[in-house]
Amino acid sequence: MAQDAPRRAPVTPKGSRIKDSTAYKVFTVVNTVALLLLCATMLYPFLMLLAQSFSSAAAINAGQVNLLPVDVNLDTYRAVANNGAFWRSYGNTVVYTVIGTAIAMTLTTTYAFVLSKKHLRGRGLLIGIAVFTMFFNGGIVPNYVLISSLGMKNTMWAVILPPALSVFNLLVMKAFFENLPTELEEAAHIDGLTWFGIFFRIVLPLSKAVIATMVLFYSVQYWNDWFGAFLYLTETDLFPVTLFLRNLIAGASTAASEGAAASGGSAADLNANIQSVTMILILIPILCVYPFVQRYFVSGIMLGSVKG
Amino acid sequence: MTTTETTPTPAATSRSRPALTRRPGGWRRALKRDWPLYSLAVAPLIFLAIFRYIPMLGNVIAFRRFQPGGSIFGEEWVGMLYVDMFIHDPAFWHVFANTAIIGGLTLVVCFPLPIILALMLNEVRRTHFKRVVQSISYLPHFLSVVIVVGMVYQLLSLHGTVNQIVEAFGGDPVLFLQRPEWFRFIYVASEAWQTVGWGTILYLAALTAVDDALYEAARIDGANRWQQTWHVTIPGIRPTMVTLLILNIGNFLNVGFEKVLLLYNPMTYETADVISTYLYRVGLVSNNLSYAAAIGLFQAIIGFAMVMTANYISKRLVGTSLW
Repeated sequence: MAQDAPRRAPVTPKGSRIKDSTAYKVFTVVNTVALLLLCATMLYPFLMLLAQSFSSAAAINAGQVNLLPVDVNLDTYRAVANNGAFWRSYGNTVVYTVIGTAIAMTLTTTYAFVLSKKHLRGRGLLIGIAVFTMFFNGGIVPNYVLISSLGMKNTMWAVILPPALSVFNLLVMKAFFENLPTELEEAAHIDGLTWFGIFFRIVLPLSKAVIATMVLFYSVQYWNDWFGAFLYLTETDLFPVTLFLRNLIAGASTAASEGAAASGGSAADLNANIQSVTMILILIPILCVYPFVQRYFVSGIMLGSVKG
Repeated sequence: MTTTETTPTPAATSRSRPALTRRPGGWRRALKRDWPLYSLAVAPLIFLAIFRYIPMLGNVIAFRRFQPGGSIFGEEWVGMLYVDMFIHDPAFWHVFANTAIIGGLTLVVCFPLPIILALMLNEVRRTHFKRVVQSISYLPHFLSVVIVVGMVYQLLSLHGTVNQIVEAFGGDPVLFLQRPEWFRFIYVASEAWQTVGWGTILYLAALTAVDDALYEAARIDGANRWQQTWHVTIPGIRPTMVTLLILNIGNFLNVGFEKVLLLYNPMTYETADVISTYLYRVGLVSNNLSYAAAIGLFQAIIGFAMVMTANYISKRLVGTSLW
């Protein structure tokens, strides 16, 4: 990553350096400790979930589980693995993510390609149409009315279609296309390729990095989405796993409450171990790709900031 | 222009055939030449029309009576009926105040934190350590809001970590999520946890662009580290700060609707209920769609006006604007 290069030239001239060196050493130590504490804060919730997922409900409810599991066992994982509703919703999430990302990528790449052609008549208008939606949106109620009247309630399209074009991603992609060397397109034109040919045979193969970035952006967005499903889906068979988890947390899921109805303690106490396992299983795909994708995300967001 | 045939001469071909420079000509000519490009734009435009612009126009139901199952643009004009209704609705002003408080706290806490973290990271010399801290602090950004809220529930549950600490200090366990006085703190803290790392990216990028010669010059002038930070680093990232501040101000009223919806409950409505959750309950749960649309439109217009104002002010004062 670009920002990993040392920011300031090494301070070699001695005179100016000695004056504040003690104070600076103290600062370095304080700074390092503060950053370590920050990392601990960031990681603690993950480690706690992991510990809870291997612990017994009794130990969690006795307040014994923090960083290390107590009564280590795999019972909770077995219980969740045998839960049909969990796997159905997990499968739904996979389906929504794959189809949604495919549709979103089609819309984003084609439109970004068109917008990147500076000579195009009406280009300003086409950009304006997209950018305006960043600053003014319809709102929950009109969207709900629209989806209802399109007959999309209780279909997967209600979850897949509304978020299928992110203007931010569109602008990142447009900036990338604009930076491709124009000589290639000129040469292709002379060779008789149409714009279609240029798009499919020249521009797309040259854009693998940005396409990978966008695929990841959209996949994470669809993977994490729950609100569209919450608004538009009532049939549990269609729920994505995030909504399954939400209902678990809200104590509304009958599948997971271990016999006991809410009495005394909050719902979080009743099935803390089951919630933890569910969260871990939702997190695993993201954690697996995270080390590889983080770099792309960073370069993607910086590309976007260059030309917003 | 009525040219029907555009067979370019070889010279024209090599110079400008791919039409990378704008050529004069009417729409007919543009369509004839660039129809493949326009045809690629058709699907995205249809998408934007249906899923972005129709809902925008759908806001007219704020001024029209809406019949479930009827037209999405309502049945008959009722003028400012619904606007009057929410303006005289004390519940609306209550949630409006809640929104402003939560939005204000979020802005005050979550805007400066990434700047501080970026400056701290900027002082780290060991590249590996810096990279590890960055990787760990970006991670929460990739989590679903449902997961973040699930973590909050676990941490704050009766036997969770926080209550264990409370008990260790001799206190009685607190059901934090059922206490209105804790809601704002919980909301802002979880927001900060999720956004602080990711928020540093743009600042770190801006910091790489600061010219090393400026530090050199500052050192020669006898500036110590702190003075270098204050007089070189901060001015270097000021445009980024202003841009992000404008965006944050524009989102001021769009307090994380999804997170509030997941975190609040009737016991905490007093402090937790915000405009979007209120209009969600009024509109979609109690089916007063027109009334809720009027509130939503009001919120959207205020948000839009705030971005425009912030942008205008920053253009006048510091010369930085979004466009």
